[in-house]
Amino acid sequence: MKKFIGFIKKEFYHIFRDRRSLFILFGMPIAQIMLFGFAITNEINNVNVVVLDLSKDVSTNTIVNKISASSYFTVTQLLESQNEVESIFKKGKVKAVIVFEKDFDQQMRNAGIAKIQLLTDATDPNTANTINNYITSITQNYAKEINQDIQLPFQIVPESRMVFNPEIKSVFMFVPGVMTIILMLVSAMMTSISITKEKELGTMEILLVSPLKPYQVIIGKVIPYVFLSIINALVIILLSIFIFKMPVQGSFFLLGLESVLFIITSLSLGILISTMSKTQQTAMMISLMGLMLPVILLSGFIFPINSMPLPLQVISNIIPAKWFIIIIKGVMLKGVGLLYLWKETLILLGMTVFFILLSIRKYKIRLE
Amino acid sequence: MSVRDENIIEVEGLTKAFGDFKAVNEISFVVKRGEIFGFLGANGAGKTTAMKMLIGISTPTSGKAKVAGFDVFTSAEDIKKNIGYMSQKFALYDDLTVRENITFFGGIYGLKRQQIKNKSNQLIEELGLEDVKNQLVGSLPLGWKQKISFSVAMLHEPKIVFLDEPTGGVDPITRRQFWEMIYKAADEGTTIFVTTHYMDEAEYCNRVSIMVNGKIEALDTPQKLKEQFKADNMNDVFLKLARG
Amino acid sequence: MSISVRNISKSFKKVQALDQISFEVAQGELFGLIGPDGAGKTTLFRILTTLLVADEGSASVFGFDVIDGMNDIRNSVGYMPGKFSLYQDLTVEENLTFFATIFDTTVAENYHLIEDIYVQIEPFKNRRAGALSGGMKQKLALCCALIHQPKVLFLDEPTTGVDPVSRKEFWEMLKRLQQKGITILVSTPYMDEAALCDRIALIQDGKILDINSPEEIVAKHQHVIYDVKASNPHQLISLLKAYPTAHSVYPFGEYVHYTDQSGEFKQEDLHAYLAHNGLKEIVIQPTPATIEDAFMELAN
Repeated sequence: MKKFIGFIKKEFYHIFRDRRSLFILFGMPIAQIMLFGFAITNEINNVNVVVLDLSKDVSTNTIVNKISASSYFTVTQLLESQNEVESIFKKGKVKAVIVFEKDFDQQMRNAGIAKIQLLTDATDPNTANTINNYITSITQNYAKEINQDIQLPFQIVPESRMVFNPEIKSVFMFVPGVMTIILMLVSAMMTSISITKEKELGTMEILLVSPLKPYQVIIGKVIPYVFLSIINALVIILLSIFIFKMPVQGSFFLLGLESVLFIITSLSLGILISTMSKTQQTAMMISLMGLMLPVILLSGFIFPINSMPLPLQVISNIIPAKWFIIIIKGVMLKGVGLLYLWKETLILLGMTVFFILLSIRKYKIRLE
Repeated sequence: MSVRDENIIEVEGLTKAFGDFKAVNEISFVVKRGEIFGFLGANGAGKTTAMKMLIGISTPTSGKAKVAGFDVFTSAEDIKKNIGYMSQKFALYDDLTVRENITFFGGIYGLKRQQIKNKSNQLIEELGLEDVKNQLVGSLPLGWKQKISFSVAMLHEPKIVFLDEPTGGVDPITRRQFWEMIYKAADEGTTIFVTTHYMDEAEYCNRVSIMVNGKIEALDTPQKLKEQFKADNMNDVFLKLARG
Repeated sequence: MSISVRNISKSFKKVQALDQISFEVAQGELFGLIGPDGAGKTTLFRILTTLLVADEGSASVFGFDVIDGMNDIRNSVGYMPGKFSLYQDLTVEENLTFFATIFDTTVAENYHLIEDIYVQIEPFKNRRAGALSGGMKQKLALCCALIHQPKVLFLDEPTTGVDPVSRKEFWEMLKRLQQKGITILVSTPYMDEAALCDRIALIQDGKILDINSPEEIVAKHQHVIYDVKASNPHQLISLLKAYPTAHSVYPFGEYVHYTDQSGEFKQEDLHAYLAHNGLKEIVIQPTPATIEDAFMELAN
């Protein structure tokens, strides 16, 4: 046991002396959360739009005023002719052009139908979509306003309420994703690098020719990173609670336990990677390409799994991160307990056991 | 003697300081054309720093030095064109074949396509590489690599070749073949500048200098140094010098 | 027998690293494996320290078989790999303490073993190992390999890349350790270090050329060796090689070592031949053979 503690002590020396890695280790979670929380967002704010009003009557004026009064849009210019539309898009400063047809008000009152043409710059499809929705809702509100007195014979009014994230804050979506990525990265990449480093420097040779058992070397390597990852998970959760006012509806204790489980899953993946690579560089490449990309793309973090083609949906099942994201969203936003998450938890547990068994099989007690 | 009475390297009071620390401290010496000059010293004595200045990749702090007639302060680029360089650490690309290596280095030394072709055929024949010319260099024994990389450093017929610990770890016979190549080059008028901390390597040189803590503490023929220090071999000379 | 190697062979892909190697090292012996890079020295060390498994043959260290007794060997031997293998980001003292701890001992317990060596690096005990000079790194590595009082010490090229002063000190340390009863197997590419061993195995291309005491190996050398020197070494070598009765011609420092195949060789004849071909300042004198001469004779 003294041997083992001595080994862990050495590991902490390595970690605390490598200032740069340490900075990345603890700076990264904060930077990522801030980045996703503030900068990258699905909401739109003060988007520049221009208006081509061919009618210039009361109705169009009211609508334009409503648009520019909202915090979403800034009307930067009023165009005079259709010809200007293309050139103004090319300049790139404007995201949407709103065109009112001739005699807008008259058409509405006489024919009962008036047309607005909405042109959006779809080089950024997400924003274009959102602009579309917002403008539509503004015009519909207006239509409702002027129709107040008239009772339509049949009417379906959808009254939607967003549950679990009533304000549709995108940060609620990103926090679980970022937490997953960071735990994966720290646990898998850092452990695999730290093990392969010993191989590369030749110190693994000396460790093998010593009374230390190979499993002690591996566990000794892993334990410091369990600590660091738990600290990281805590930092992320605290940041999201206090800065982004994200709720933890469910049990804080369960959230902690599930995080520890996922950390161990990632660590076992890290060990597996280290058994397959000889150099730190390979370990890093495998971790980045083999873990990071699937986590970002296939875990449901950014792209909804339901809208992926079937083969990708199937593949997404083998990504541990997918299950962990379901779990944290469940605990934090829905407030559900193990009763609803036992399946996901069991899957993570199974994966961990599988990775560990595979690592043991592949682990070499000798050199090649 | 193949050594000509013509100075090809002239160094006077050459100094390189890093802050307060003088890695090279006012060294002075000359090397004659066709001479095999051994530049010895322990690890950290300043050999590498001094050589970097001579091959034009590091600017001296003070002093004077001319290599192949060019000033190290003002004409570093001309120096690079007129010298060859071979180091044990980096010599050839392991993932290129013998022929590809020759072609590549010929190219960076500015040889013409036809020249490269002639040279590489000649080199392959002289070193007996016909069977392995299309093999990756990484698969060849160390001794062969060292011989090839010496020949590659000589491709553009430089006036001086700088060798940085060229034969470490090579088997005794191949090592002799390597020195025979060096003797041949020297006989044809190429100046050889060898830095090493292998003392037996020193005994092959016409003259050797021994650097201790940034200064040249001894400079003469191996024989005279042995007489001066009453030693049997250069190893003992070095031990006596280093232990003061 | 402390170490016993029987018909060990090992190959990697196309390369035969070791070919039917056998030798024995007695307890308390300082045994040298002498050979160039790529001779198979490191592979042999790795087989004996249980890091590799031989394709054929068997080996044992202090009676423990390298396969069945893997854990016993790992618990008891001291090993210093060829590449500097300590933690560069730990200090001298931390490295030493670490290696003591993983062998279930303390620095204080075995300090007597390393004292002579450690006092030389003690002034730098708070310096990171990565910032030490080559000679000091080797001393620290030796301390770390010794700290658990091993009965056998495996040193793979401990003096490669180290300056002559440190090399000399290192061998003096080995001699002192040997007096404490430790069996030492050491490899080196430097032929001049062979003379410092009790017995040596000359090894090249995975084969043992000869095993004997250094004196015996030199004494067995058949030919009289002549130191030859002249004004132009390049011409001298070419001329000597062309001499009708030449057996071997090797540059050897400031001289060329020449051996002749005929029984009636006369120095004057050779002198006349060289002078006739335009060489000046000719010196010819008999010289005692060295390990390196023996090695080249055997390898050829």
